[in-house]
Amino acid sequence: MSSVVFFVAAIGAIAGAIGVVALRNPFYSVLALVGHLLSLAALFLLLRAEFIAAAQVVVYAGAVMVLYLFVVSYIGGGATQLTPGGSQLRPVAAAAVGALFVELAIAVLGSGLKAIGGDGAPYVSGFGSPAAIGEALLTKFLFPFEVASLLLLVAAVGAVVLARRRTDKGTMLDDDEREGTHWITPRSLFSGTMAEAVGAVRDPNAPQEVER
Amino acid sequence: MALSWYLVVSALIFCIGAGGVLVRRNPLVILLCLELMLNAANLALIAFSRMHGNSDGQIFALIVLVVAACEVTVGLGLIVAIFRRRLPIDVDELRELQG
Repeated sequence: MSSVVFFVAAIGAIAGAIGVVALRNPFYSVLALVGHLLSLAALFLLLRAEFIAAAQVVVYAGAVMVLYLFVVSYIGGGATQLTPGGSQLRPVAAAAVGALFVELAIAVLGSGLKAIGGDGAPYVSGFGSPAAIGEALLTKFLFPFEVASLLLLVAAVGAVVLARRRTDKGTMLDDDEREGTHWITPRSLFSGTMAEAVGAVRDPNAPQEVER
Repeated sequence: MALSWYLVVSALIFCIGAGGVLVRRNPLVILLCLELMLNAANLALIAFSRMHGNSDGQIFALIVLVVAACEVTVGLGLIVAIFRRRLPIDVDELRELQG
């Protein structure tokens, strides 16, 4: 039973990963990543990491992916302009990735670890449960836990500073009074809609998209 | 399932993510591929945590999750700033810093 679940989840995870790389439209790439994350959460459950699996689904597949979808819709993922060319180095990238996989496989399978062929240590009740994770976070790993919270604070402030609207007089808020067409509004007529994100509607005035 | 299977899946996902970072030119998709690589590392960490019967690896994976969330926030902020300045959203065009 567990091997069936493993193969379904592993194939789902790898297919999702290939979908992220191969799909042309960033909107569909994000959706493929959601499928990949859900399959990966199933793999985590098989490895008895219940809390990490739940956190993965709620935080990652939920919140972070919604953030991605907002940005893809905002910049109009389906209508991004790409300059032609750049595909002549693709075989080099494929060769580099193949070499990397061979190296990783040798490093993992040739490591001589005896336990790598087994099912892991005997299962102790409570392993990977929220109680065990929480106790470890607040006792043994208290310092990394606090540093992680500080890192989240810095990232939140940094994102606000990076993405704010700038004018000559400093930061401008959306509800400030506008002076003519002084501020930057780069949106075209259709940008920012879901219809544009999936490529259903295109701005007729925009230059034709160049296929890579 | 033997744990080596999980490690091979992790290596495969990591390689797909690395290939995406090399091949794709949209910074949004490059960020997504970075997520793939971090997730592959998480899978390996949790597999080794299961192997040793020690939950320290899961704490490590949780911290990686936090770092990934921070990276996404700052990366998407950068992309929005690039879009606001009407620069092309293409890493081949954004190469003023290459020296």
